[in-house]
Amino acid sequence: MAAFKETKFPADAPAAQKALGWVDDRFPLTKLWNDQWGKYYAPKNFNFWYIFGSLAMLVLVLQIVTGIFLTMHYKPDAGLAFASVEYIMREVPWGWLVRYMHSTGASAFFIIVYLHMTRGLMYGSYRKPRELIWLFGFAIFLCLMAEAFFGYLLPWGQMSYWGAQVIVNLFGAIPLIGPDLSLWIRGDYVVSDATLNRFFAFHVIAIPLVLLGLVAAHLIALHEVGSSNPDGIEVKENLGADGHPVDSIPSHPYYTVHDLFGVSVFLTIFSAVVFFAPEMGGYFLEYNNFLPGDSMKTPPHIAPTWYFTAFYSVLRATTSDFLWVLMAGIAGYTAFLWLKSKLSGMVKIAVSVIALLMIVGMLPGALDAKFWGVVFFGGSVVILAFLPWLDHSPVKSIRYRPDWHKYVYAGLAIAFVALGYLGTQPPSPVGTIIAQIATLYYFSFFLLMPWWSEMGTFKKVPDRVVFHAH
Amino acid sequence: MIFSKKLLALLALVPALAFANEGGYPLDKAPDRSHNMAALQNGAKLFVNYCLNCHNASSMRYNRLRDLGLTEEQIKNNLLFTGEKVGEMMTTAMPAKDAKVWFGTVPPDLSVIARAKATPSNSGSDYLYTYLRTFYKDENRPTGFNNMVLPNAAMPHVLWELQGVQAAKFEEVEDPHEHGKKVHKFAGFEQVTKGTMTKLEYDTAVADIVGYMEWMAEPAAQKRKQLGVWVLIFMSIFATLAWRLNASYWKEVK
Repeated sequence: MAAFKETKFPADAPAAQKALGWVDDRFPLTKLWNDQWGKYYAPKNFNFWYIFGSLAMLVLVLQIVTGIFLTMHYKPDAGLAFASVEYIMREVPWGWLVRYMHSTGASAFFIIVYLHMTRGLMYGSYRKPRELIWLFGFAIFLCLMAEAFFGYLLPWGQMSYWGAQVIVNLFGAIPLIGPDLSLWIRGDYVVSDATLNRFFAFHVIAIPLVLLGLVAAHLIALHEVGSSNPDGIEVKENLGADGHPVDSIPSHPYYTVHDLFGVSVFLTIFSAVVFFAPEMGGYFLEYNNFLPGDSMKTPPHIAPTWYFTAFYSVLRATTSDFLWVLMAGIAGYTAFLWLKSKLSGMVKIAVSVIALLMIVGMLPGALDAKFWGVVFFGGSVVILAFLPWLDHSPVKSIRYRPDWHKYVYAGLAIAFVALGYLGTQPPSPVGTIIAQIATLYYFSFFLLMPWWSEMGTFKKVPDRVVFHAH
Repeated sequence: MIFSKKLLALLALVPALAFANEGGYPLDKAPDRSHNMAALQNGAKLFVNYCLNCHNASSMRYNRLRDLGLTEEQIKNNLLFTGEKVGEMMTTAMPAKDAKVWFGTVPPDLSVIARAKATPSNSGSDYLYTYLRTFYKDENRPTGFNNMVLPNAAMPHVLWELQGVQAAKFEEVEDPHEHGKKVHKFAGFEQVTKGTMTKLEYDTAVADIVGYMEWMAEPAAQKRKQLGVWVLIFMSIFATLAWRLNASYWKEVK
């Protein structure tokens, strides 16, 4: 550790330069900027899909800022909440704009994050050495879901109220502790003022704090190992004379102006929604939510907001008939693991024990379908975390995978969108069967990935990134 | 009672098509009043005269009606009846407890009802416009009226003096779902007693009320759209500049 040394500037040096020097001697401001962005070298072949990281950051800031202003006028009180939102919409100067930005921002956040994750999936961004980036990102996704869920209760409309009621009741499906657990979460026998107050606390402070920490970790990890790219080539393996990767460019100014353009396009679309279709046909703001929450009136059709419906569909697809299919699937998968997997015997035995317990638990008279619905609902989210270890493909990017892999990925996209759509609709016999097929496909995609991802003829990955000068 | 049960059964069987609603009655399209100040003012007058006797619009301040081109003086002289101040909220003098006894339910707050009644296939205005025009005589109901859109509505036909009394005609037809079974099918209204308004006048008046309710559900809506045009113009200029700025930097990346 060197002794402290004050940087000396000539007497006629600009004041700003002196001030920066003074700060840099005491805090690594310039270093931080250069490491994280200014001289952070990123591959030059980023395409359209690489815009969503910075857009997610923008929307996060937008949500925090608009959220702070909403908190100034919102009343977290079951008797006042609904009216206070209308107060914001009418009496608070520009309140309607801030509220619409916040409600539209919530949906925009999920659209962006889903596209950001799609990018990761397509180009293998989660592969070694970026596993931790993916895990931090996964944790951010969980926080975002919690944040959205807690926040959705706050307007205290019918959909807020009954959506929260349904989701909290899901915990009641857990054997033994379930009913007490959901009572503990609600703080009352039904969703009530106590629930609203704690959800408010989680929404405005607890979750955002964790979220910000995770975002910082996500970015630090990314800037430590460096960004991947659409070719899935490690650009750091090919350094130029200046010590920087030959296929990389400094983020500033190149990706600064690039992201600025992306931001301008995004904000144009965002403004179009905020100013001309803030309800977005009942998807961003549900019509039923303009009725105050009423514990005595159950709406005929309760659906979570659109960004949860894919996972919610998995829950609904888990009917008692479907448990037989799942049992067969689990048994088949375990047998397959013994025959084909390179995993150690201990792991195989552990998996077999879990599989056996699950099958026994699914037998008639054991745990009911609702419980298993909750398990698979959770599982459909959690399984994403394991991607870095499930993907065994010799190449990272979809560009150099066998062509038929693209259909496998397209199938996942179709299954996810189908689940998402069906989750917004009231249940129907045909819809349930489609959701069950999509659920099977969704889980098979991930659970069988260690095998299918290394099958087929892979294309040769070039030494340099594919880049066409503009 | 039996009749209304039959009616309910009938309504449940009407296929839920595009313009269908909970009652199954096809909704009429409400005329657009959003740019017609005179109509909105008339709607406000009718709303204050008829609806506010029982309903609240507790998020709506009387003096916000200035947005509809009324002066504070006009609001005070024409729309305030029970000594409210012009800066007060539109609340009813009827206690909720009494309402519960008289109607079996507390009349809903109407501040945002036009937004709440929208569905993906119809606007809230369509619902309200059809609802207020399809009350018909039904001696089995405590109010003496029933409604096509909201069967067994608890609300009395408050506008009956204006519309007059109409009866609903039903005819027996073959059940489309069950062969050999007859069901009642709605076959139009029949005027029993004349109101103070003609049918056309009444439809216009209801359209004005509903137009006002649509406005009241989001008083900032017009301003939002006007501002939106400017924001989008600005954003497209900004996006164009950002696009060219980006291109000029990336030109040098080989």
